[in-house]
Amino acid sequence: MRSPPIPEMATQEVQLSETLAHLKTESDTLKGKLEEERAKLHDVELHQVAEKVEGLGQFVMKTRRTLKGHGNKVLCMDWCKDKRRIVSSSQDGKVIVWDAFTTNKEHAVTMPCTWVMACAYAPSGCAVACGGLDNKCSVYPLSLDKNENLAAKKKSVAMHTNYLSACSFTNSDMQILTSSGDGTCALWDVESGQLLQSFHGHAADVLCLDLAPSETGNTFVSGGCDKKANVWDMRSGQCIQSFETHESDINNSSEADREVAIYSKESIIFGVSSVDFSLSGRLLFGGYNDYTINVWDVLKGTRVSILFGHENRVSTLRVSPDGTAFCTGSWDHTLRTWA
Amino acid sequence: MTINTLAKGGWHRDQMACFRKMEKVIVAMQDPDMGMKMRNQRLLITVIPHAMTGRDVINWLMQKYNMCEEEALHLGGMLVRYGYIYPLKEPRSLVLRADESPYRFQTPYFWTSTRWPATELDYAIYLAKKNIRKQGELMEYEKERYSVLHKRINHTWDFVVMQAREQLRASKQRRKADRIVLECQEQAYWLINRPPVSLTLSTFRIYFIAHFVCVCVCVCTFCLCLQIEFCRRALGRNRVKSSICLEGFVKYSEQYLSHDPIMQGCLPSNPWISDDTAHWTMNTEVVPIPSRLRVERWSFSFMELLNDAMGRREFMTYLEKEFSAENLCFWQACEDIRHGENSRIVEKVEEVYKNFLAPGAARWVNIDSKTMDKTLKGIQHPHRFVMDDAQMHIYFLMKKDSFPRYLKSDLYKNMLAKAIVPQEVKKSVFPFMRRQRHSSPSPAQAVAQASEEEGRA
Repeated sequence: MRSPPIPEMATQEVQLSETLAHLKTESDTLKGKLEEERAKLHDVELHQVAEKVEGLGQFVMKTRRTLKGHGNKVLCMDWCKDKRRIVSSSQDGKVIVWDAFTTNKEHAVTMPCTWVMACAYAPSGCAVACGGLDNKCSVYPLSLDKNENLAAKKKSVAMHTNYLSACSFTNSDMQILTSSGDGTCALWDVESGQLLQSFHGHAADVLCLDLAPSETGNTFVSGGCDKKANVWDMRSGQCIQSFETHESDINNSSEADREVAIYSKESIIFGVSSVDFSLSGRLLFGGYNDYTINVWDVLKGTRVSILFGHENRVSTLRVSPDGTAFCTGSWDHTLRTWA
Repeated sequence: MTINTLAKGGWHRDQMACFRKMEKVIVAMQDPDMGMKMRNQRLLITVIPHAMTGRDVINWLMQKYNMCEEEALHLGGMLVRYGYIYPLKEPRSLVLRADESPYRFQTPYFWTSTRWPATELDYAIYLAKKNIRKQGELMEYEKERYSVLHKRINHTWDFVVMQAREQLRASKQRRKADRIVLECQEQAYWLINRPPVSLTLSTFRIYFIAHFVCVCVCVCTFCLCLQIEFCRRALGRNRVKSSICLEGFVKYSEQYLSHDPIMQGCLPSNPWISDDTAHWTMNTEVVPIPSRLRVERWSFSFMELLNDAMGRREFMTYLEKEFSAENLCFWQACEDIRHGENSRIVEKVEEVYKNFLAPGAARWVNIDSKTMDKTLKGIQHPHRFVMDDAQMHIYFLMKKDSFPRYLKSDLYKNMLAKAIVPQEVKKSVFPFMRRQRHSSPSPAQAVAQASEEEGRA
């Protein structure tokens, strides 16, 4: 396959490998220093701090609503700020807006592609964004005119070079944050479709993202197939922090300089596809690939409850904006609200 | 950019992790001391050794992992579904029954994780054996696959038939009990591991790997440089001790505990449980009298106060009394620039400058000279974040000064006193009398109406 090396090329190769070796040493030294610094500050474990906290009693949570209507696997869902409406997307290309409280379907859009992996509700409640294998994120304003075809008013906002894995509106209807299988995240202006900022740093597909608003500006975290979770500054596009962990891909992120606790049990075999915290952060809900939902006490690290109901993998899980319930979407074509 | 790394046997690494966990459970179940008690089971007239009942399995799981019956049934069901335990009666029904139905452990030779993906040849031999033994008793799908395979690997069909005959002859020499057991094992294995029809990916993989290696070296240097850059920046960052960070989290969750409906319930009732939307009605964005929990929450942090529309309104009233309302107005205008449309940034920045920053402006805000100079220079080339420094300065001014005083003020204290604490309404005594679930106006409707009115005006 290779031709015999010419003398000049040989020296070039030697130089290149020397530079590589030099860079590698420098990188390793710095990483070592970083580890040292981190270790100095790690003075206590979570369960020690949580010792004086009261344990939790029995939890009784049930399915309160079942939303049927999708023709195929439900891949993603999001809550509206009004605490009762949700948008969900599925493998058959349909995006449905429901009033989860009455279980009525309010809007339905058929996307031109299948596998709609991401959907999000706009903060105003007047639009939804969705995307997937079409590599785009499109925004649909929600019209109440029954005769109007929602697809007609569609706006293509984001363009990636690979599938769209997650999308989220930032503080307003005007900006969308997306993550993609092409390894990048991006921030877009909805009105013009202009790319405002792009975030490079993942070595493989980025599967999820979550916003972390703070007083000093906005950050968000993204997780990917490279087993890393990166924290980004939305304004500068820089990666502020990176966490390397897990044995497998990071499918979900919701927000310390190191891994604080691992929630696992010997009898839990299958991986978790989606997680979310309760309003106070005391409970962690996980939707698993073995069709169940496990509820964890974050501080004590114990499993509080296990919920059954879905007949296939749980693909998405989100707590409602006021924390009164959480909703799960599953490959069994349904969504369930639990409280 | 998806780079698949297939582990041994062609399984993805997360699948392998699941298999390993299941195998751990299975090994524990077969432990001579702490494992399950096996016995001989009767299958019609034959006695099968080393078998157990479904009920045994569930009891063992419940005891070992301290779980309820429902969960044990679920976990046991998974073990059957993935072939680690197979049923002796009704082998096609891969379900764990909590009764006297007999089950056996699958031999490790046939474990899903240790077997290379089942080849077509193996499957062809198995089907041929079955065909010879029980003439015409193949299932529909098995008949289909048999004919497909017959066409596809016709060149080795003699070998297939010969192998099948040999294997059948060897098995005839075994004791009946062993033979039944081996047949069951094999059948269980093939029920789960039928090979799919797929292209040979091996050739694609070779090309990809070769190309990948060439690109790798160039990318390596670049990656290392990035890593070094990242480490340098990370070392320069401020860090906090774990204890401080974790204690902060514990405090946060304790503070918000009473606001967490899933933890402590909500008043008058959780709408999802009682079908009564009173809780939402009482907590809409703008209400005549807010609830007590809501007003208390304003005191948790300045951000909480500002995030609540009513809280912001109350705070504005307070600032007006103190003649510093322009601070909050300025902050709101800056937020609007930061999160608004790209196309209107320039005009909004102009407005803000005119109203808040220009000398002699109607609502001039008090910013230190350094920040003011920087902002004014930035305004020459307005962009989304041009007001950030000024906005931050005013935010922290309000947070340190006006906010604590507001919390101590009569305005806030009266609000807190007036605030409602709703009565708890327990779920209806007659559970089958479901309340009418009323729909609510869609947020999209409110906006549509508003723009209609604007159009008319």
